[in-house]
Amino acid sequence: MDSKLNASLAEYLTALGDDELVLAQRDAEWCGHAPILEEDIAFANLAVDELGHARTWYELAAELLSEDRGRFPDHLAYFRDAAEWRCVQLVTLPRGDWAFTLLRRYFFDVLEVLRLEGLKSSGYAPLAEAAAKIYNEELYHVRHGKAWLPRLGRGTEESHARMQAALTQLWPYTAQMFLPLPGEAPLVAAGIAPETAGLEAGWWAAIEAALAAADLRAPEKFIPVTRPRSQQTEHLMGLLSEMQMLARANPQARW
Amino acid sequence: MEKLAVTEQEVWAALDEVMDPEIPVVSLVQMGIIRAVALQGQQVLVTMTPTFSGCPALEVMEEHIRVRLAELGLEATVEKTLDPPWSSDWISDAARAKLKSVGLAPPHLHGGDFIAVLDAPISCPYCDSFNTTLKNSFGTTPCRMIYVCNNCQQPFEQFKPL
Repeated sequence: MDSKLNASLAEYLTALGDDELVLAQRDAEWCGHAPILEEDIAFANLAVDELGHARTWYELAAELLSEDRGRFPDHLAYFRDAAEWRCVQLVTLPRGDWAFTLLRRYFFDVLEVLRLEGLKSSGYAPLAEAAAKIYNEELYHVRHGKAWLPRLGRGTEESHARMQAALTQLWPYTAQMFLPLPGEAPLVAAGIAPETAGLEAGWWAAIEAALAAADLRAPEKFIPVTRPRSQQTEHLMGLLSEMQMLARANPQARW
Repeated sequence: MEKLAVTEQEVWAALDEVMDPEIPVVSLVQMGIIRAVALQGQQVLVTMTPTFSGCPALEVMEEHIRVRLAELGLEATVEKTLDPPWSSDWISDAARAKLKSVGLAPPHLHGGDFIAVLDAPISCPYCDSFNTTLKNSFGTTPCRMIYVCNNCQQPFEQFKPL
């Protein structure tokens, strides 16, 4: 690959990692607070999975940029300000209630599986290998969400109302997930990454079926969020200030 | 007297004594985590693959590998590979029996399609009853699922097929 394509792929991988890491951080906020013990444990482990995926993408970016594979992921996580992050807004939103948390994760996981299907046949072998690994793990995420959506959507009056409210609140943010990722265009042309816009139909089909099975209806009228990933919000700033505090106060800190 | 050179076989035997930090009855070799060993003088390159990519025990494993091989006078470099992705089919028969002995149901053999076996009945590691119910597809680590046995009423975990 030429250096220009390298830089595009590093940008793309960093955005993928940013989505995973920020979602991991949000979901980890449930540790010790989830409504039942099993889900408390489950969510901590879903978050750990995403953390591992973020590290995998960041390590690949490190190689492309000739950075230290061991140290670069920490640099990206702890020493970038909000303006340098490229995650979608969906993952930055405050954790909300349990219904909001489950639904956001399901929206994200379904898209991730579709993207990974494309990345498994990437023309860049290290990316294809990582995608094959992560794909297998993500199938468990989708399975977890698929079991919970109908339980809450068709559970009690309150659980249904909360799911419907979460759906109405989250829906506008799904639009941004289908905008091209940073660096994407030349990667699509080179057969290294799938076109994000092309994943929307498959995502919608899966989500439509899941919502129907949970007696939920997507809102018909809404204002889609289509701002670029380079424009972050105060939600991300708050999250970063907590996540980065220790590493910035003491850059030599070791576990 | 000249010191005898360490053989690759001895390296493998030493690695078979490095236990999985989260399941200390099975070794990294028995779990299929160690993929290759390349010995060159006092230097050894150990290639390992994570069971799950977010496994929090990975760094501990690397450290334990280096410490154990240092006891043989070797300086170990640990490299990670993701190709081919780790498969639960690689867990040895001996390790499967050990998992069961500590109450962890071993994963079904799946021959490459782990999704196909996910709904297959799981037997309770305590009473062998197949009358068990999945409670959650995530347990105390990313690699485990929680079940309950309807026969002996015992909750238990299964190592996930992957």
